[in-house]
This record gives sequence, C-alpha cells and structure tokens, in this order.
Amino acid sequence: MAVTTTDVVRRNLRRQGTDWGGLLFEGALLFALLVSLGFLIILVGQILVQGLALLAERGTSFLTSQSSSLPGRAGVSQALVGSLMLMLFVVATAFPLGIAAAVYLEEYAADTRFNRFITVNVRNLAGVPSIVYGLLGLAIYVKAMSGFTGGASVISGGLTLAILVLPIVVITASEALRAVPQGIREAGYGVGATKWEVVRSHVLPAAAPGILTGTVLSLARAFGETAPLILVGAVTGVFFTGSGSLVEKFQGAYTSLPTIVYTWSKLPQAEFQKLTAAAIVVLLVMLLTVNGAAIWLRNRYERKW
Amino acid sequence: MTQVPTGTHLERPGASLAPGLSAVLLGDPRRRRREKLIAAAFRAAAAFSILVGVLIVVSLLGEAVSFLRSIPLRSLWTDGWFPRRGMFDVKTILFGTLIVSVIAMVIAAPLGIGAAVFLSEYASSRFRRTVKPILETLAAIPSVVMGFFALTWISPSIVEKLMGGNSIFSMMAAGIGVGILVTPLVASIAEDAMHAVPQSLREASYGLAARRRTTSVRIVMPAAVSGIVASLIVGLSRAVGETMVVAIAAGASGGSLFTVDPFGPGQTMTGAMAALATGSDQVTGNSAAFQSLFFVGLLLFGMTLVLNLISERFVRRMRAKY
Repeated sequence: MAVTTTDVVRRNLRRQGTDWGGLLFEGALLFALLVSLGFLIILVGQILVQGLALLAERGTSFLTSQSSSLPGRAGVSQALVGSLMLMLFVVATAFPLGIAAAVYLEEYAADTRFNRFITVNVRNLAGVPSIVYGLLGLAIYVKAMSGFTGGASVISGGLTLAILVLPIVVITASEALRAVPQGIREAGYGVGATKWEVVRSHVLPAAAPGILTGTVLSLARAFGETAPLILVGAVTGVFFTGSGSLVEKFQGAYTSLPTIVYTWSKLPQAEFQKLTAAAIVVLLVMLLTVNGAAIWLRNRYERKW
Repeated sequence: MTQVPTGTHLERPGASLAPGLSAVLLGDPRRRRREKLIAAAFRAAAAFSILVGVLIVVSLLGEAVSFLRSIPLRSLWTDGWFPRRGMFDVKTILFGTLIVSVIAMVIAAPLGIGAAVFLSEYASSRFRRTVKPILETLAAIPSVVMGFFALTWISPSIVEKLMGGNSIFSMMAAGIGVGILVTPLVASIAEDAMHAVPQSLREASYGLAARRRTTSVRIVMPAAVSGIVASLIVGLSRAVGETMVVAIAAGASGGSLFTVDPFGPGQTMTGAMAALATGSDQVTGNSAAFQSLFFVGLLLFGMTLVLNLISERFVRRMRAKY
C-alpha cells in the first residue's frame, strides 16, 4: 500500500504539489488583461507606422493645408482650427455651468426630493449616447435657434459638445467638492463667513485641483467626439475657409479633427488611408497632451486631507 | 491676548441677547441679499440639467410622433431599412444593434472581468497602480479611431483571415471593435467594485485555508456581484449607443436589407442615424427620412435609459452593502 489516508490528508493540508487549476486560472486572468492591452497596443502601433510615414513625407504642410479631394494636397488646418474653436465654446459654457451646478448640489442643496431628482437626472444624462445629443443640437441649435447660431455652425457644434460634457463636469466637480473635509467649511463659518464666502475662499480653492483635472478630462472627451458633430453639420466634404470676421467664422462652415478622420476613413483610395492615420496621430497627440496635463495637474496640486 | 478659558459655557443665541443684537448677528442686509442671489444662480445652474433632459425628450418625441403620423405604419415592417425610399424596417436596425452589441459583449465581458479580477486580486499594488491608469487612458481612445482600426486591421487580419469572412465591411468587425472599446470601461468599473470588498472577507477566507482562486471566485466575486453586473450593463449601454465604429466598419451606408449574417454588412440604429446625416445626399428639412432620425434616436434613448437605470440600481445596492 503506497499511499495511506493519513498521507493524503497531510499532503492536502500542507498543499504539497502544484495547484495546476489555480495556476491555469491566474494565467487565464493575466491573458485577459494582456489581450485587452494588446489590442490597443496594436492599434496605436498600426496607426503610428502609417501615420508617421506620411507625416515625415509631408512635413508641416499636412498641418497647414486645407481640405482637398486630392490626397497629395489635403491637410488638417481647418480641422485643427475648428476643433480648437469648438473647445472654446465648451470651456466658456460647460465649465462654469457645470461647476456652478456641482457647487449647488454639494454645498447648498438640502436632501429634498427635487435635489435628489437633479442628481439622478445628471447621472442619467451622463449615460445618454453622444449621437442623441447630436439630435438635440440639431433640433434646438440648428433648427430652432438658427438666427443666433447661423444653422450648422461652430456655435451649434460647440454648444452641442458643451451640453454633452456638462453632466461629466458636474459629476467630477461634485466628487472633488465632496473630498474637501468638513472642518475647512466649519472653520470658515466659525469666523462668521457666509456660505458663499466659505465656498469662494475655502472650498473652491481646496477643490480646485480635482475640479481642474475632471474638467480637463471632459475636454478631452469633447475633443474626440464625432457622432454629434456629424448630426449638427460639421462639414464632411471639401470646403474652403476664407477670411472673415470672428462672428462670420463662428457662424460659418466648420469641421473638426475627428470628423476629418471619419470622412477620410470612408474614402476608398489607399492614399487616404495613410492620411487618415496621420490625422489620427495628430488627434492622439493632442488628446495625450490634454490627458497628460490633467494627470500632471493632479500630481502637482493634489492634497491629501 | 487673553486666552479663552476652555469649557466656557456659551449661551444659546437669542436666549439672553440684548434687543437689537440679533439684527447685528444677521449681518449687513446687502451681504445677505448677495448671498441669496448667488444661491439662486447656483440653483439655476443645477436646474439647467433638468431642462436639458426635458429638451431631449421633447425634441425627440415631437419629431418622432410627426414621423409616425406622416408614414404608412406598415413601412415600419418591410424588407429593409432604406429611409430615402420610404422603407423604415425597424427590425433590421434593431437586429443590427443586437448583433453588434452581443458580439461586443462576448468580447468585453470575459476580457474586462478577467482583467479586473487579475488587477484586484492577483496583481501587486505597484502593478495595479501602473496598469489601471493605462487602461483608463485607453478607454478614452476616440471611437472614430477604433472605427478606422476595425476597418483597416480587425476586418482583414481577424475577420477575414481567422474567421473566413469575405466582406471588408461586416458587423463582426464592428462588433469586435466595439468590444475592444468597451473592455477597459467594464474592467475599470468591475475592478472598482472588487477593490471595494472589505479585506476582512478575504482574510476570513484565507483563515479557512482557502486558495486565492477559491477566495476570488467564491468570496470576492459574489460580494461584488452588484458592481460586476453594473459594469456589464454600463458596457452594454455604451455598446448599444456606440456610433462611429459601426458607421465606419459595418458598412451599408445607404441602407440594408434585413440580415442576421454577422459576416455581412449591416445597419445598426446608430449607424443608420450617422448614415442619414452624412454624404452628398444628406437629408434635411421635414422629409420623412429626416424625421426618422428622431424616431430612431428616441428608441435608442429609451433603450440606454432603461439600461442605465438598471445599472444605477445595482451600483446603489453595492454601495449600500459596504
């Protein structure tokens, strides 16, 4: 008799021998993680290989040329300008509005049914697909308010993106405000400050790094959005931008970097595939810069209470 | 400087104050007025979010109703989705959305949850701190970029070579693309949920001589099940609403016959909307095709709203527990 019951029990208690099942399980988990990362590494690699080759060939003329149906002459200058103008509108409208809403929800609102409804509403708005915001922009800005926005214009596009990121700004700013310790507020009240004085000179400065990080990340989100812009009329074909006053520019035709990527990716010529990759490289570089800035800001100014 | 003696008993305000002092304590009326104004402004900013919600519902409902009034209702159940020819077959785009989202979740669920379990239960804290931000950055890759990748790499290298598909545009390629896009999102939410499970539960399990795998599968995952389910529902909601990957890689920009073949081109709800809004024959005005945009949008909004409400409920259950 080679193995007695006692031996088996002892071996099991001491866990001798390898736990193959456990190793297999851990291997499968690691595999899942590596595959998820791997796909994205291939994605970035593929695009860099194609895009950098074209950027090296074209140099800065790719960044300064206007749109064209000739692959040799097409560039992203209008898209870059368009994207930056759109961001201007997001920063000017969504940020103040979103931060103000967050201040109300975190600092002012009592736990009433109305205020709870606002919170639930904001959470649900954050989950609405971006293309639905495009429909909203189409109905409100492009159609109903065309006198002010000039129809399918930078104003319409910018305000649509602003509404799209508004719930994200509210949620991230709320989280930052919530992280400010209660003692800081109480200290303010203790010396006779009013609510607004406490918020302005104590709570907001303390929450500023967190708010800034959240808003910058939501800006990155707006920068990469395409679907709503297609609906509110970012130009997907060739057009020319002349000179004009700022108001004319804001009310005129526009396009954005992601829109250009979409347009070019649908064109059959092989040259346009390279152009698309190059435009994506420009897009990703801008996004990484914005994201990197957010992370840097957080690390630089984050305080632990 | 006089020291305030500790333990000084303070009178309750108003109890024994000299008359007129309470008015002084209330402060400068201008200051109080400013205070009220500012509070009202903040309140208005918060209420604006409700306005947005109402506007979405109203603008979608209005156009969708006039769309349904303007077309013969049997054109909602024909052979395909060809809005410019007055064929608005709802089942074509519903099945398209279903096929693409199912493919996406078949990829995102195991990869996302597997990655989450590894990061939360197996990885060292240093590894976790490095990899999780990378995963979250990747979740921020714009969907147009993924669409381009699905068309130029997933379609030829995976769908055609490995699966034997023979169409450049296919719902399979789009579904895989959406799946890869949603994976980091699922992983991140599921990881947060498992990370929130109290350490004492794990310690109790190890105390009973359970292995790490047993602890992960029998203790941590059941404890975090609400959060894990929420991550899957949020992922599904994202997949249903994902537009650009489908618009670029699934093909069928003009319209599509009813099809359930994932290897062929197809039309989802979002893809149909993007197609209606682009191209030289971009629809405008009050044509039925234009209004169908809002009808499809309303369907999409309703579906994602239901999914989000369900996931919200699961998240709340998770939060209530720990």
